[in-house]
Amino acid sequence: MSTNEILLTMRDVRIDGFSDDRWHHIIKGVDVTLKRGEILGLIGESGAGKSTLGLAAMGFARPGCKFVGGSIEFDGIDLLKLNDAELRNLHGSRIAYVAQSAAASFNPAHRLINQTIEATVAHGISDLASAQKDAVELYRDLQLPDPENIGQRYPHQVSGGQLQRVMTAMAMSSRPDLIIFDEPTTALDVTTQVEVLTAMRTIVEKYNTAAIYITHDLAVVAQMADAIKVLRYGETVEDAPTRQMMSDPKEAYTQSLWAVRSIEKPPQPAIDSILEIKQVHASYGNSVKVLNNVNIQVPRGQTLAVVGESGSGKSTAARAITGLLPPLEGEILFNGKALPAALKNRSKEQLKSIQMIYQMADTAMNPRHTIRDIIGRPLNFYLGLTGQALDQRIMQLLLLIELDESFLDRYPNELSGGQKQRVCIARALAAEPELIICDEVTSALDQIVQEGILKLLLRLQEELGITYIFITHDIATVRAIADQVVVMFQGKVVEQGSKEDIFKPPYPEYTELLLSSVPEMDADWLTQLQEKRAG
Amino acid sequence: MNKPTTPNEGYSAANEVTLVKARRSFLQNTWRTLKTAPPTAWFGMVVITMYLIVALFAPLLAPYGESEVFPMAYAPWSHEFRLGTDALGRDVFSRLIFGARNTIGIAVATTFLAFLIGGSLGVMAAISRNWLDQVLSRFVDVLMAIPSLIFTLMLLSIFGSSAINLIFIIAVLDATRVFRLTRAVALNVVVMDYVESAKLRGEGLVWIMRREILPNIMPPLVAEFGLRFCFVFLTIAALSFLGVGIQPPTADWGSMVRENAGLIQFAEYDLTAALTPMIPAAAIALLTVAVNFVVDWFLHQTSGLRDEH
Repeated sequence: MSTNEILLTMRDVRIDGFSDDRWHHIIKGVDVTLKRGEILGLIGESGAGKSTLGLAAMGFARPGCKFVGGSIEFDGIDLLKLNDAELRNLHGSRIAYVAQSAAASFNPAHRLINQTIEATVAHGISDLASAQKDAVELYRDLQLPDPENIGQRYPHQVSGGQLQRVMTAMAMSSRPDLIIFDEPTTALDVTTQVEVLTAMRTIVEKYNTAAIYITHDLAVVAQMADAIKVLRYGETVEDAPTRQMMSDPKEAYTQSLWAVRSIEKPPQPAIDSILEIKQVHASYGNSVKVLNNVNIQVPRGQTLAVVGESGSGKSTAARAITGLLPPLEGEILFNGKALPAALKNRSKEQLKSIQMIYQMADTAMNPRHTIRDIIGRPLNFYLGLTGQALDQRIMQLLLLIELDESFLDRYPNELSGGQKQRVCIARALAAEPELIICDEVTSALDQIVQEGILKLLLRLQEELGITYIFITHDIATVRAIADQVVVMFQGKVVEQGSKEDIFKPPYPEYTELLLSSVPEMDADWLTQLQEKRAG
Repeated sequence: MNKPTTPNEGYSAANEVTLVKARRSFLQNTWRTLKTAPPTAWFGMVVITMYLIVALFAPLLAPYGESEVFPMAYAPWSHEFRLGTDALGRDVFSRLIFGARNTIGIAVATTFLAFLIGGSLGVMAAISRNWLDQVLSRFVDVLMAIPSLIFTLMLLSIFGSSAINLIFIIAVLDATRVFRLTRAVALNVVVMDYVESAKLRGEGLVWIMRREILPNIMPPLVAEFGLRFCFVFLTIAALSFLGVGIQPPTADWGSMVRENAGLIQFAEYDLTAALTPMIPAAAIALLTVAVNFVVDWFLHQTSGLRDEH
């Protein structure tokens, strides 16, 4: 598809960022060459400089960053020599950008179609009527439902996946030569992600648009990109056409990006249940039931994975277990005894034995408390430790999660995502619980960090015999660590069984859809899936 | 910020890239912040410091006693009486200095009390979100619906204008504004996972209020404290001017303006006499402006706006 005409050339680009009174090197000399109609995948962990480089391709450095070297040439124009007005002219007409969180990027007070065509009309590329007609055409290309009328809706009236596609339509409306996709599917469920990926790929191919696709998911980028560039610490690690990169990664770091898929957990027979959820119904207020007759058994000392897309009731089940949302009917047995439904009726001992780890470690820790306070509080609260005994136990826990004493007096915002999640694990462990509920604990993290966290959780289970309820929508994670699996859909349990049974065909309809939507490390996966679902 | 030299060799959680702020003591941090303060903020801070010194060391600075009466009433400005004497023959300069102590002291006490009442009820309402929140919020709506100066005058005439009554009445009425602000900012914090986590741990209400929520809503509250102080200060001065505030013989700026207001009409014969009532009024205005300058700077600091790069 790609012709040989070169669209974008970035030579030895260097960008510095300012923080804590110093300039740091963020991008340390990266070269990018992009031909017309070609898709380049940029991958790397957070902090690798992917997004900064993506924005640099538009000639833009975000506030607090500046270009310190190199050249960026877009179709013969030197972007770094343009003034702000000239750059603005280029953005939204010849270069477009699709952000990660569509929900945060749309103005909630305007109709979708007006936002879709705003830039095109403002740049004078087309008049209002033809822009609107064209937008409907794009909605159709992107397989949005009811393309004639969906533009009349407001952002909150469509789903996250649809919003992300509308955003793609917005970017495409001026038929740009280059689109930057910045993690466009990271916030979506696997089942939605497939639809969005398909739609994006189709439309980019149709209009022969060049694209830079930024993600940390190698399996996703394999479906989209012609070539892949792996970044780390602001430098290029490896650069190769997609198929070559997939089959024969040269660098150790690139190989490690497959890592999470390499964890294997030998299956164990279930002995007895630590927790039983019996015929639980729950709802928020008087609205629709979020949990409908849910029955789950949690095997002692093992990992129960609860999978399902958002809205399936998996997090609500966790809230029912912890007592945050007392169920309307049914009961929850812990070690054979019924737990009081409401949090305030539970004894300290009961609270201590069930701990929770959250998805977003950023918001799960008070930003004004040091790590010492965060880990120390449950030790002091549940076990009454003070003084030297407290300090010693905090140190032990820090070592257990593979951090050292230099972390004691740091604040949460001075930790990386993985380190934060480790501290949250230490806080849960401090209570010496029997059961830990992990709510999507790895979904906000990069592959390599995920692997570290999952290995840590498995090791702790072996050493301490803790039971996990692992809520996730990531099937790869389930394969890696679960013993038992529960599949939930629309507030009901679709299936419960051992990992082998669940992942062995034949599947119920929903499990099939869920499993087939997980991207695989195969550049042809999406194409094959499309053919299969069409046929 | 150390990193492995070869990619992926020896991945370790402790070595992930993070930005660790340099460790600085509280004093160092304060000095770093002060260095970047604009001239207006510096002006404000210097003025406030001077007022505080005057208020604290009033008995040492004032040449005469607070209500020491001399035989000569309405004495002109002279070496003996810097700013003359008032209708009863009291030294205006000394009363100005003691007035700082009384007016500022009462205003600070009132503002503190207003924040204690409004702040704690506001956080409590934000945490509970049930009938308590409804009752408190509606009660506050009712209080705010009544014009506050008229309401204050009414309450003062019912309970009598002692300094204690003055402090309590203004504090309760001002606590309504503090309640609204605290409730609004606390609502954003209450929904965070760390508050839920504290609830799951079984923490009590006071611990959650004090340790989890309060540290995260401090910046807007501190700024509001400055602004509230100005309003309280002006209210007290206004009440004193109307004769229901701080009662004689206690010196205070509002009543000093009223007592000497008649002198303004002699401006064409003796300019200094006309200035006598203006000086306490200027003292009130200057402090209000100074506090506002500092609050503006503080708000800009904590808003996280980065305009330097």
